[in-house]
Amino acid sequence: MNGVAIRVGFIPLVDAAPLIVAQVLGFAAEEGIALDLMRAPSWSALRDLLVHDRIEAAHMLAPMPVAVAMGQGGGAARLDVLSVLSLNGTVIGVSGALAQKMRAGGARFDFADAAAAGQALIAATRGQLRIGVPFPFSMHAELVHYWLAALNLPEVDRIAIRTVPPPMMGQAIAAGEIDAFCVGEPWGSIAVERGIAELLLPGRAIWARAPEKVLAVRHGWLTGEPDLAARMLRASWRAGRWLDDPANHITAAEIIARPEFLDVPSDVVERALSGSFIISARGEQRQVEDFMSFHRGAASFPWRSQAAWIAAQMARRSGSDPVAAARAAREVFRSDTYRQVLGPAGAELPGASEKLEGAIEAPTAVASASGRLILPADGFFDRRIFDPASIGR
Amino acid sequence: MARTLSIIVVEQDRDRAMLIVDSLRSAGDHDIHIIASETGLARQIAERSPDVVLIDIASPSRDMLEELTLASGPLDRPVAIFVDQSAEGLGKAAIEAGVSAYVVDGLRADRVTPILEAAVARFHMFQRMRSELAATKRALEERKVIDRAKGILMKARGISEDEAYALLRKTAMDKGSRVAELAEALVTSAGLLS
Repeated sequence: MNGVAIRVGFIPLVDAAPLIVAQVLGFAAEEGIALDLMRAPSWSALRDLLVHDRIEAAHMLAPMPVAVAMGQGGGAARLDVLSVLSLNGTVIGVSGALAQKMRAGGARFDFADAAAAGQALIAATRGQLRIGVPFPFSMHAELVHYWLAALNLPEVDRIAIRTVPPPMMGQAIAAGEIDAFCVGEPWGSIAVERGIAELLLPGRAIWARAPEKVLAVRHGWLTGEPDLAARMLRASWRAGRWLDDPANHITAAEIIARPEFLDVPSDVVERALSGSFIISARGEQRQVEDFMSFHRGAASFPWRSQAAWIAAQMARRSGSDPVAAARAAREVFRSDTYRQVLGPAGAELPGASEKLEGAIEAPTAVASASGRLILPADGFFDRRIFDPASIGR
Repeated sequence: MARTLSIIVVEQDRDRAMLIVDSLRSAGDHDIHIIASETGLARQIAERSPDVVLIDIASPSRDMLEELTLASGPLDRPVAIFVDQSAEGLGKAAIEAGVSAYVVDGLRADRVTPILEAAVARFHMFQRMRSELAATKRALEERKVIDRAKGILMKARGISEDEAYALLRKTAMDKGSRVAELAEALVTSAGLLS
């Protein structure tokens, strides 16, 4: 079948899977499109490709389009979010030396309890804690700030956030440039394989349903090519549904691991998909339920309250107006487009486009178009609840 | 089929060709090309590389059907074949060759589009299963080679299976190559040395 080519940028990460699978397994061809997948070396490079018309769409950190909407992200072109590609999927790791110190202090490395792990990390740190994240505007940075602030580690003099592209995270920790990192898989597990880091927590231990990557396009392209955008959105959504089936994890890992995509061993990729982790060079295993989500429980729905949460956090740190920031952020999370395109395709559409974030303690049936939508627990580790209506109050 | 498809219709009978074209046009703004003669069919289809091929033939012989199927490239695009009469076993042969729909005595204006839609859906489903199978087969072959390489290392160095795998993994990472490639090289050179 012939397809209209759409250039799509991605960073080599497991959560680029919906776009890779959409192309390789023909979900794109079924929509009469061909995704021309271009691997970018860093998040800033990827953003520049998108802003400067070199690609039409990108696998992007959820906070990046929000930062652009707030006038912080660089580049004047407004970026729109068509869907959430994945929830969670990141890990926090520490250097071998720091892990040893933490273990000596009684840290359990249970890969689950964010409060205990954070306190152990703070207790083992003298002076500044240098943490690598892939980009300043990233869920990684937001989660780390949220986590350590909730545990009363003063941001200004105790935390130094460094930007390191995901594939370089292991090297940065080996070179002693950082003490810890928060990075998307497989790069945390690769650092474990190389014996240079130990995994402390999955990102989901801090926020159980954090929007991690989004499918982002230029606002102008979406306006000019609504039909192509719709076809790409459907293809990526169907690929996410395929990825959600545990029976497909081995095949998915083989595809994503290929040299032209991630170029890493497939069994390391499989860990993120199955949630079966090896956290240290000594082979300690940990199982994480829903380590990352692509589909179930409206995982791909771009909730405007997610955009508002991100905007509120960033505005607080940068000292800008949180009300204006949240307003701008809400607009770029295109839950309207998602409804129009994926409703007829059979997606579970929630009744509302905003919700309280962190309020669901156990799987809960919510108002939806089909009446069958169940939202999983979405809590923050400190049990705080974010009400998007409370911003500025 | 909401979007525009390029469709090749193979049909000798002019009236029936018109019926097919009208039926398809009423369903969408498709780019339709009619081929009346089967000579040079493979070349014409290769040149146009259509999204879908629809073949209507009154009463094909086995040889004719085989030739048509081969020419239409049923593994590259959905192919639907309509026949008036069919000898025993022809439908089975066509489906096995990868044809997405084989319809006997079913060429009616109101049926063409739904049959074509089903053929397109079936084609994509099979295409996906073929890709999945290819990926898992490759993985299985690689794992077999890795297992053999592990065995060689375990014997040669007196180490455990886990240690052998860790050694392969670490060496591959240090060299910037894939574990499977390293394992392949190890198995080959072990063959030379033994």
